[in-house]
Amino acid sequence: MFDDMVTARNYEERLQEEYLEGKQPAFDISAGPIPGELHLAAGHEASGAGVCQHLREDDTVTAPHRPHHVAIAKGVDLKRMTAEIFGRQAGLCKGKGGHMHLFDPDVKFACSGIIAEGCPPAVGAGLAAKKRNTDSVAVAFLGEGAIDQGAFLESLNLASVQNLPVVFVIEDNDWAISMPKERVTDVENGSQRADGFDLPGVRVDSDDAIAIYETAKKAVGRARDGNGPTLIEVQVHRRMGHFMGDPESYRPETDTEAAQQRDSIERLASDLRAHGVDEEEIEEIRDNAHDRVEEAIEWAKDQPEPEPEEAYEDVFSNPPSGVTDTEPSIEIRPSGGDD
Amino acid sequence: MAQQEPEQESGRMLTMSRAMVEAIAHEMHENEEVFYMGEDVADYGGIFDSTDGLLDEFDHDRIMDVPISETAYLGAAVGAAQEGMRPIAELMFVDFFGVCMDQIYNQMAKNTYMSGGSVNVPMVLTTAVGGTYNDAAQHSQTLYGTFAHLPGMKVVVPSTAYDAKGLMHNAIRDDDPVVYLFHKRLMGIGWMPAPDGPKTAVPEDDYTIPFGNADIKRKGDDVTVVTLGLHVHRALEAADSLADDDIETEVIDLRTLVPLDTETVQESVEKTGRLVVVDEDYRSFGVTGEIIASVAEGSLDDLDAVERVAVPDVPLPYARPLENEVIPGTDDIIETVQNVHSNS
Repeated sequence: MFDDMVTARNYEERLQEEYLEGKQPAFDISAGPIPGELHLAAGHEASGAGVCQHLREDDTVTAPHRPHHVAIAKGVDLKRMTAEIFGRQAGLCKGKGGHMHLFDPDVKFACSGIIAEGCPPAVGAGLAAKKRNTDSVAVAFLGEGAIDQGAFLESLNLASVQNLPVVFVIEDNDWAISMPKERVTDVENGSQRADGFDLPGVRVDSDDAIAIYETAKKAVGRARDGNGPTLIEVQVHRRMGHFMGDPESYRPETDTEAAQQRDSIERLASDLRAHGVDEEEIEEIRDNAHDRVEEAIEWAKDQPEPEPEEAYEDVFSNPPSGVTDTEPSIEIRPSGGDD
Repeated sequence: MAQQEPEQESGRMLTMSRAMVEAIAHEMHENEEVFYMGEDVADYGGIFDSTDGLLDEFDHDRIMDVPISETAYLGAAVGAAQEGMRPIAELMFVDFFGVCMDQIYNQMAKNTYMSGGSVNVPMVLTTAVGGTYNDAAQHSQTLYGTFAHLPGMKVVVPSTAYDAKGLMHNAIRDDDPVVYLFHKRLMGIGWMPAPDGPKTAVPEDDYTIPFGNADIKRKGDDVTVVTLGLHVHRALEAADSLADDDIETEVIDLRTLVPLDTETVQESVEKTGRLVVVDEDYRSFGVTGEIIASVAEGSLDDLDAVERVAVPDVPLPYARPLENEVIPGTDDIIETVQNVHSNS
């Protein structure tokens, strides 16, 4: 768990460095080795790590647009994920998905860039498990800003009424881009959403990885035993802007400082020390994580970019007859009129 | 019909986002019934500066941040509009339309018709479109054709600050639902440099640009290029280059898709005989097909050659070489115009 958290933090610190390259002096979102948006999860690590500890390879996870910490905890191939973020051919999605749309079917991980839209597919994975009579479970991660979205509320209802093995994990970092939760939701906690759908709703009030671990253990166990869904909300912290380049002018500086002072990773390190883990071992985990991250980033950057014509592949897994999936469909012959 | 010349007295140059906001602010001052709601539109000022500064002039009741719940607040805009208010509701990225399309095309767009004209829906749906910055398939579409295909919505796509302001005034004053699609790359946001062109002189006073009036952004006798949004600027750049080879390109900016000004397009084709349609939306079943069909129906005899340049039918990919491949560039337009010119 500590390993996953340290790896995630380290990974994103390196991504941040790479992302900012070439975007200076004036921030240009489309410049540099990593273009597009980048949403970092610094301050969320305990959630991915604490929950995914209980998951097997055959369990499904769906993550939102801020996916890296969850992906790492679920065991997504770090090198290929990195190559995807750099837009390389060897990436998880051959450079077509990018950081918000990572798919690793080997460990049953997927994410989506649309708020709350990972919830219904997680319900579908739970439905498949139930129909096939397996004991695998599905976990959907979402932000607290997603709890007003229809897709989430409908998913809670369907999972509950069908008694499906699904765990919903709300990562509450208090901010949906510029919107503080008290201005958009009248309930104090997102976990209260469970009340309306007759399923357990539990909140973990701190980003204490051990507390999250214990809570998730019960929820995943409950799902695996055929006892239905659980909604968990965990308090996490947004240590930086919503996306890289977010000026955060809407956010009081004290709020950012407070978020940065709370560090679930250091908290867990203290807990480990208190439980007799020696400093050397903790440092070794940190060093290994650092090496693994460096290796992934170097490997990814060495990979070639996709060839332009690869843009036409993969629209269909079974291209309709008469359509050549690999040929540009843009070739148009000029038609003659009356000359 | 060419647009009226911008008033040059003030020489005031505005970015497209400033011009849009100026029109919105004016209408909000003039009419208490106009209000704006969306995600991150108040304190943030809109992710693409679409509402930048409005909170300095109006309170949170007039410029409203709403929960992430597009079905609810777009549907609420429909309801408020049916009560006679004039809401402007922003969908942050057009790609998110899937979350709330029922409210858009089954309510906003159809209620006037289904009520036999007894109900009207005077609202504006604003939304950001476009790629070119590697944000992949869920954040880079234009979807011009989707909204224009479904009846009941007027569809507006400005390409310059001058047009953006005049079209916004008209949109807010219109008694029908208007979908106002602004291209991120044209807004003049600090972190997404705009091409030369969208920043234009803009009169301080209010003015309207009527819908259904395409604008000839460049005159030429050899080839007609019909386009909209970002690609107006790419077509103009292509036309500059083509002029070096003595090919004079007429660039028509559609400005609105519903209503569509087929007359200006046909008149141009009568003159040039050659048509290229350029679109950042998907190729099939979209704007390019529609324009070509309308010319074929109206002036087939004048048409010597025609081609279209659009996004091939693939979702927008993330990696830079892939995105560059599918979004039409200036070079693609140059090549296509040359083809059409030499093949007729």
